[in-house]
Amino acid sequence: MFKQLSLRRRESLWGYVFISPWIIGFIVFTAGPMLASMILSLTHYNIAEPPTFVGLANYVKLFTQDQKFWHALRVTMTFAFVAIPLNLAFGFIVAYLLNMKVPGVAFWRTIYYLPSVMPGVATALLWGLLFNPRVGVLNWILSLVGIKGPGWLASPQWALPALILMSLWGVGGGMIIYLAGLQGIPTSLYEAAQIDGANRLQQLLKITLPLMSPVIFYNLVTGIIGTFQYFTDAYVLTGGGPVDATLFYNLYLYKQAFTYRNMGYASALAWVLFLIVLAFTLLVFRSSDLWVYYEGEMRS
Amino acid sequence: MKDNRIKSKKATNRLETIISLIILSIGVIIISIPLLWMVSSSLKGKNAVNTFPPQWIPREPLKVQVEGRNCYMYEIPINGTVRQMALYKKEGPTGTFVNPEDPTERYELPVGDGKRITQIKLHWENFSLALQAAPFGRYALNTLLIVVFGTLGTLLSCTIVAYGFARFRAPGLNWLFLILLATVMLPPQVTLIPTFIIFSRIHWYDTLYPLIIPTFFANAWDVFMLRQFFMSLPRELDEAAIIDGCSYWCILWKIIVPQSFPALATVTIFSMLYAWNDFYEPLIYLQSPRHWTLALGLQGFNALYTKQGHLLMAASLMMALPPIITFFLAQRIFIQGVVVSGIKG
Repeated sequence: MFKQLSLRRRESLWGYVFISPWIIGFIVFTAGPMLASMILSLTHYNIAEPPTFVGLANYVKLFTQDQKFWHALRVTMTFAFVAIPLNLAFGFIVAYLLNMKVPGVAFWRTIYYLPSVMPGVATALLWGLLFNPRVGVLNWILSLVGIKGPGWLASPQWALPALILMSLWGVGGGMIIYLAGLQGIPTSLYEAAQIDGANRLQQLLKITLPLMSPVIFYNLVTGIIGTFQYFTDAYVLTGGGPVDATLFYNLYLYKQAFTYRNMGYASALAWVLFLIVLAFTLLVFRSSDLWVYYEGEMRS
Repeated sequence: MKDNRIKSKKATNRLETIISLIILSIGVIIISIPLLWMVSSSLKGKNAVNTFPPQWIPREPLKVQVEGRNCYMYEIPINGTVRQMALYKKEGPTGTFVNPEDPTERYELPVGDGKRITQIKLHWENFSLALQAAPFGRYALNTLLIVVFGTLGTLLSCTIVAYGFARFRAPGLNWLFLILLATVMLPPQVTLIPTFIIFSRIHWYDTLYPLIIPTFFANAWDVFMLRQFFMSLPRELDEAAIIDGCSYWCILWKIIVPQSFPALATVTIFSMLYAWNDFYEPLIYLQSPRHWTLALGLQGFNALYTKQGHLLMAASLMMALPPIITFFLAQRIFIQGVVVSGIKG
């Protein structure tokens, strides 16, 4: 009996030993800094001088006076509401077509996924050339169909659409996940539907989409989180401009922290970012009861 | 009747396949245009990058030496036959065309009738020029240090931690695992500023340490993936090893790890790719150019050489090649990795 107990104890102890790297890392790099950033968000702090406690002043300023905060939020939301649905849709369409037993799936998949493995800076610089209003490829293609292309990244109206367009180049990232999901749908379901006389569209709406909804849900959640992390393309290509047209939230936070050294204010921005992402994710999770279909539920 | 239906079904299937192929091809063309443009630009001469309409295959006018003078070659009709002649001298609309093989054969003809001869010219030297234009060797070394040690740290720590979560029962362990999973949702900005301040305080700002050391403390994605994999391994071997007097530590390295190469390969490839491509963290922690990574170096190069798209693309292509080649070589691992973290996650 005692031996049993001590064996169990020994096992628990070893369990903690093995996970200890993560526990230490969690305390030092996650929990500790989280607490610290919450406290910092209540201070003015520029690193050179010790922080001074200002209560909720940072948050008050952020919500009531800081036009740039609202602007950055608007830019990020616009991007999220346009780019995420487009990426979801195109990724799904490509995966759906690839799943139609076309020859050479591996080849198509490779090309579509290739942009996703490229370094972000290289991709950004490449698109900088493509978007060149005077000699860029994009405006050349538009000129072939008789359209005079816009100034893209140099134009306050077109810079954000340009970045959205560019984000679609990475459509292969979501596509791979959809494709794996589609391949997991049992063919017997389609065969049964065909016997019942369901056409392709009915099969898509009644079988494919419901069964794929968890995957779409996953891509949606990661898309939202990703948009609030969006940084490299805007930093390299526009630096937030022209006239703040592409001042993404994360870029604004970076500028507050590392350009202006407003560490307290930037911490407040980070916490607001966290709460927004959390709220969105919870909203999506909540709504998922309405539209995400989990196979396990059928049995219960 | 039945036979007909099968036939028509086959026909619709073929039609569907053809339509799918057409749409997919259009997509592939759109996806490939930027990639082709990158390759094409990296091989262009200085002047060819900024021409409109754009050149897809870099061509340059053909030149020959005639009596010590550089002359453009022209295709021009002479007495009804089109011949290749060098334009020796130009006075207003007419020019002196010379046969380069026999400089005494000359014609005075309107230049407008001729067409300049161009030839494909690939400027392979762009790659070495780009490498010389910035200390890319230094940047590559820094990047490799982060890639190698960061991957090592990730592999080591995540394997150990995942083993702890997969094989041990202890009070609160499930709870801790939930906390681990929850950290995936935490935006890195929330912890960024205090972490930055800590690293500055211990004088690690502008060193590679902030980019390497944290990897030795495991991360949620890889721990999760490895744990799922370890849990799918049969426990019988563990138990047999214990009877043979193997410690937990020895089980991990002698029993678990040798069975887990596919999962470990996935972790390796993704952590290498991440370290190679990352821009955000190096930007925050590395200031002086001698500590820059390739991503930072490329961005710095861009600031200096904005007008030299050919060198910029040569440098970009060189940085993009290792991930692309790795992707081609290890495609299965890549796709499995995305799928495992995506579907089961």
